[in-house]
Amino acid sequence: MADTSIDVAYVAQLARLEIDPAQTEKLRRELGDIVSYIAKLDEVDVSGVEPTVHALSRSNVWREDVAKDSFPREKMLANAPETIGGDLIKVPQVLPGEGSN
Amino acid sequence: MANVDFATLGVVSCAEALAQKKYSSRELVSAMLENIRRSDGRIHAFLNVDENAALAAADASDARRAAGAPLSDFDGVPIGVKDNISVEGETLSCAGKILAPVRSPYDATAITRLKSQGFIPFGRLNMDEFAMGSSCENSAFGPTANPLDVGRVPGGSSGGSAAAVAAKFVPAALGSDTGGSIRQPAAFCGAVGLKPTYGRVSRSGLVAFASSLDQIGPLAPCVEDAAAVFDAISGHDPLDCTSLELPGAKTLAAVRAVARTNPLSGMKIGLPGEYFGAGGISSGVAKVMDDAVAALRKLGADVVEVSLPHTEYAVAVYYIVATAEASANLARFDGIRYGDRKKGADLVDTYFKSRGEGFGAEVKRRILLGTYVLSSGYYDAYYLKAQKVRTLIRRDFEEVFRKCDLLLTPVTPDVAFRFGEKSDPLQMYLSDIFTIALNLAGNCGVSIPGGVDAETDLPVGIQLIAPDLAEDRLLAAAAAYEKNVFSFRPAPFGC
Repeated sequence: MADTSIDVAYVAQLARLEIDPAQTEKLRRELGDIVSYIAKLDEVDVSGVEPTVHALSRSNVWREDVAKDSFPREKMLANAPETIGGDLIKVPQVLPGEGSN
Repeated sequence: MANVDFATLGVVSCAEALAQKKYSSRELVSAMLENIRRSDGRIHAFLNVDENAALAAADASDARRAAGAPLSDFDGVPIGVKDNISVEGETLSCAGKILAPVRSPYDATAITRLKSQGFIPFGRLNMDEFAMGSSCENSAFGPTANPLDVGRVPGGSSGGSAAAVAAKFVPAALGSDTGGSIRQPAAFCGAVGLKPTYGRVSRSGLVAFASSLDQIGPLAPCVEDAAAVFDAISGHDPLDCTSLELPGAKTLAAVRAVARTNPLSGMKIGLPGEYFGAGGISSGVAKVMDDAVAALRKLGADVVEVSLPHTEYAVAVYYIVATAEASANLARFDGIRYGDRKKGADLVDTYFKSRGEGFGAEVKRRILLGTYVLSSGYYDAYYLKAQKVRTLIRRDFEEVFRKCDLLLTPVTPDVAFRFGEKSDPLQMYLSDIFTIALNLAGNCGVSIPGGVDAETDLPVGIQLIAPDLAEDRLLAAAAAYEKNVFSFRPAPFGC
């Protein structure tokens, strides 16, 4: 954990987050401070300790395999930025080069 | 207006007044709306209030009472709702631009439960964007002020909920607590704030921040009101697979029994040395803690020093676990299926622009940190390591609760701070030291007004912590403190 110099542009790329280039240096410094701080976990011996995913662990929560009505489509799509005839979500062009329609 | 006594506004007092026909639910809601119109301009606790929806619900409640068939003792009592908890047809912005256009398609389970007992979900309360922050300064729609001193923050992230309770705008409010987001603003505003045991209240319909830590809970003017709301919203829900298979809590009876008995007598209360030796505790908070210990001893409690040895690692663990989970949870906000879309050259560019323009600075910072700690080559060093230390933090609590019934700690190192006073993110994170261990360990805790800071005259919160599922013991002890030692009853804001 010694290396606390974060490549902000690379991480922002992973997170699909547009960052103002003027903010990159400030973010690198702030994140660097936080990462240096959390490196204090290096002090703790965790050999043989199991990780905790949830505080009160439950596993395999099943429900009966019973068919039910699904959530109404018009309600679900009411919040979509763009739809095609209120029936489908309209998304921006996915593959380059094809004509969009 | 004349019939509603805002000085004593609370869940139980409103329920009694409705039962005694001192006023109707419509009169109550109308008086609240008038109060908010007059005074919330200076507080900004609410992002919006759907007046017609609240009045229609009040009329329906009045009709049930007139027919002699109220849904519960609380039929017709309004409850404010943080803007990250779904109420069908209302906003769910989480105080962020990206979700500003969204209207909830359904009710959160906590809301379904409230409605089934006649409670009225009332308005949308301000917060730090996506519940990330400790001051309410991170709202994309402007901060909320502390009604006790408008130059100070109300705390966060449930700052609007705490301010609305303190201003007497609502009888109680729902908030959510991921690292102290109910308890810290309750402390800053002199309210009672309960973080229930993880899994006690369904998270269905709560916009996820850090799924293994988030829990919905009440903020209220007194312990009895908090207990009434907690009982109403708790219980198993098949829609949340982390919900515990238990019936709803019944803490109100334990709280009301305090009128006849003293639950503190003979109770063993631990003071974790690490919480007091941490430094940075103001003299005003230290004085209130000393006085609280003396008062508890006088009431028959056996107060002993205990140790939670991994306390100093809690902030580091929290900011790894919470940001990692947040970076995954917030990946769904990309401008495609709902929310604000900012068109780019292609699909990926649309993601970048929608997220880049839609999220505020603190949310971006945490997404970046979470993405970094989960990224290739760092997962074991940060996330896995943090989860292991989290196990040690939970074991600390299990160990200490073999010896005591409750723990007593501060909620915050100091009273409510001034706007802009804490501008460094790390410094802001470190002020959460007393509240976050509980979210990591999963057990329950409550912040109650413990006394007053002599220098500022502002309330100081104290935190009682109980083991998993011991909310009845926790709230009974809190009620006994409130009855015998200190209670905080601010005047309605603007009066």
